Amino acid sequence: MSTEQPSPIDSTTTSIGERFASLRQRFEVFEGDRLGQIGLAILALFIFIGIFARPYTIELFDFTISTPGLAPYDPGERAVGDRLESPSVAHPLGTTDMGRDVLSQLIAGTRVTLIVGSLAAFMAVFIGTNVGLISAYFGGWVDDVLMRITDIVYGVPFLPFAIVLVAVLGSSIVNIIVAIVLILWRSTARVIRAQVLSHKQRPYVESAQAIGAGHVRIMYRHILPNVLPLTFLYAAFAVAWAVIAEASLSFLGFGDPNMLSWGEMIYNVYTANAIREAWWWVFPPGICIMLFVMSVFFIGRTLEKEVNPELNHQ
Amino acid sequence: MGLRAYVVRRCLQLVVTFWAFFTLLFVLFRMMPGDPTSMFIMDGMTPEQREQRIAELGLNEPLHVQYIEYVRQLLTGDFGQSFIYNDPVTSIIVVRFMNTIVLMATALIFAYIIGITFGALMGWWRDSRFERGGIIVTLVARSSPEFWVGIVLLSVFVFWLGWFPSSGMRTTGGELGGGFVARYGSLDFLHHLFLPALTGAIAYLATPTLLMRSTMLDVLNADFIEIKKAEGLPERTVLYKHAARNSILPIVTVAAIATGTAMGGSVVIETVFNWPGMGREMVSAVNNNDYPLAMAAFFLMGSVVIIMNFVADLAYVYLDPRVEYE
Repeated sequence: MSTEQPSPIDSTTTSIGERFASLRQRFEVFEGDRLGQIGLAILALFIFIGIFARPYTIELFDFTISTPGLAPYDPGERAVGDRLESPSVAHPLGTTDMGRDVLSQLIAGTRVTLIVGSLAAFMAVFIGTNVGLISAYFGGWVDDVLMRITDIVYGVPFLPFAIVLVAVLGSSIVNIIVAIVLILWRSTARVIRAQVLSHKQRPYVESAQAIGAGHVRIMYRHILPNVLPLTFLYAAFAVAWAVIAEASLSFLGFGDPNMLSWGEMIYNVYTANAIREAWWWVFPPGICIMLFVMSVFFIGRTLEKEVNPELNHQ
Repeated sequence: MGLRAYVVRRCLQLVVTFWAFFTLLFVLFRMMPGDPTSMFIMDGMTPEQREQRIAELGLNEPLHVQYIEYVRQLLTGDFGQSFIYNDPVTSIIVVRFMNTIVLMATALIFAYIIGITFGALMGWWRDSRFERGGIIVTLVARSSPEFWVGIVLLSVFVFWLGWFPSSGMRTTGGELGGGFVARYGSLDFLHHLFLPALTGAIAYLATPTLLMRSTMLDVLNADFIEIKKAEGLPERTVLYKHAARNSILPIVTVAAIATGTAMGGSVVIETVFNWPGMGREMVSAVNNNDYPLAMAAFFLMGSVVIIMNFVADLAYVYLDPRVEYE
């Protein structure tokens, strides 16, 4: 581990200007790293598609701004007579067994992936970081209790748990996110705890204690900024696992029936028994899932270099 | 803390984890929507019969009595009666469990043999085109959910080339062998096993590959490797006998944990290939409100995860004398 390296934001008195400089520095990691750049580009493309998937109408006082949606059709709209049609000019990726446009479903599904990925990862990392921080900082019985809870969560199989929880609470995107978050925070908690344990011993924490800073201040103002890079790394991994988990759940038929996701599209192909002939319907969502997760892993690898330079990725 | 104290503490922790796990199961399955009798009502059950059925299942008792009864049943390996099959859950699940274990064990063995070899070579030939390409391939494999790998393999090897059967565990009409070897050793079975096992192997390949590569890099930096090279030993001997062997340690721990995680993956792989295992059984049991069966499947999967985590921790302290017990 690189715990002996002085972090660029070790000092607590960084001005806003310095903050921006350090932010720019973070992006500089991507310079000269082809994989990381590819990852950023793919992710940016998906975010763009996700935001502009459907037409918007925003009314601001007297102005009405409307943007055209990227999806050529309503994803649920049926074109009668065009069932299971292979790709054509009217339907670039063909149609489903219900005569729905595959491309439009694909574009609409991007949004679900983005929502699940970002929300689940944010919540999981938020919980994980806090658990790790509190556990390591206070130590003693607090540490014992929190870490035993983490151990127990490590004993729960991810996907089966998510299936049962979604069956209990009902198939909705919120419940899917809750199920993912309840499991996903565990890895962040362990890693952050280990990192905070080493930071606790450092002189800067001692001097903060000496001048009478409170626990909360030391934890969140002094220690947290130093473990944030690690948090970001785990957030990237969390996005990837959350997206894979959502896709797998939807593929098994536990997806949100009102929000069509990529995994659910493949589930529909399966239940329509069309996997053999309708390659245009199966492959696009699968490739999208793969590309999305891949882009996040590429970005994660670049962040890892920053967090852990000894890994020697060159 | 000595080794003995550590082991004792870890055993206690195992018991606590198990208790927490099956309590969680109890809570989850008591929260399930629609009580277990709802599917019988459709068969024209009278309210009296329904009452009787609820009493039979012990669902009219206070919760703590139900809980004690539930723990007693779990400890004696009694999972009750499946609503769908109308058979004892234990007899259904044991066969499915074996099928899952055979499938996932094959997949993991493949994954770790390929992963360790490739990871070691990637570390050995660092900065080469092989290493860079290898990393990309591994990351792509890691980015693909199990069901997607399965679908790609199905499309290529079944629908396009027609080399393998698309689903199931044996050709229909094939005689069921009595013994273990007859059941899992036949050519027909291996023919069916290949694709699902390969799917699992690809899905779990990334962890051992990347880990092996990075520990190889660490070990290769160590002085003793330089000494071995200076002794004039052939490169191959240094790679296999000294570098790779010393890098394998962390893999053992990860392999134990991966066995647990593979339980979750089996749910998806078995669904894609219609493999009559526990994972697929669990999905259909949840869909059919067959709670006893779903719960037993979930319980077994969780038990495997918990026990494998336990094995991983013990293997770690046993294999690496440098570890300090905290």
